[in-house]
Amino acid sequence: MMERDALQDLVQVQRDDFSVAEHYQRLQQAAGNTGAVVFFVGTVRAESETDPVLALELEHYPAMTEKSLRSLVVEARSRWSLDAITIVHRVGKLAVGQQIVLVAVSSRHRDEAFLSARFLMDTLKTQAPFWKKEHRRSGAYWVAAREQDDAAVAEWRQGNR
Amino acid sequence: MIQVLFFAQLRELLDCDSIELPAQAVHVAGDLVPVLVTARPHWAEVLQSKPWLVSVNQTMAKSTTGVNDGDEVALFPPVTGG
Repeated sequence: MMERDALQDLVQVQRDDFSVAEHYQRLQQAAGNTGAVVFFVGTVRAESETDPVLALELEHYPAMTEKSLRSLVVEARSRWSLDAITIVHRVGKLAVGQQIVLVAVSSRHRDEAFLSARFLMDTLKTQAPFWKKEHRRSGAYWVAAREQDDAAVAEWRQGNR
Repeated sequence: MIQVLFFAQLRELLDCDSIELPAQAVHVAGDLVPVLVTARPHWAEVLQSKPWLVSVNQTMAKSTTGVNDGDEVALFPPVTGG
């Protein structure tokens, strides 16, 4: 695989919130005259009415997190022709409705932008060392990994997506 | 020595965030759980309760991935970011 971690790409793990508008501007400036931009933002869900999530706590493995995200960026670039990529992931304690993750991709055409954004989110969910703990009214619970997330990555690896 | 880190639920269950193991005991990532169980028998139940993931030098590892003196190894639950 070509080791390319292009200058126009941004990978960041942070406690603070992020601004979609500022990241849109940065992506556009980094990419030059591109044709398609796809943004995905994940936010904290309440999940249940009877025992709602009050806050989400995100732990990570600092020495490994950015390294693993960068390797996903490299893999996305080896699959599609992309102009610029941004991944921002928050850690720490987040309230319901707050932003958790941003994946943004710009490309000449929408197919590459949509597919690569989906690929980055699918692989991030099963490869990057983040763990969520839900704080509910009844107590605190670690979130279990979902089998369909693993299945999604298997599909990418087998070339079915 | 090999530095072993624990994260998330596993760190809480063991009540420990890292220990050191002698390098000669661990040849591949798959040796880690049996060696830890020998070193800390009271961890056996937790360590054998689930297939924990392993990284070697901050890269996801398979059970056959080699481990060398000075490596940083980590054991953790399936990841749930995003």
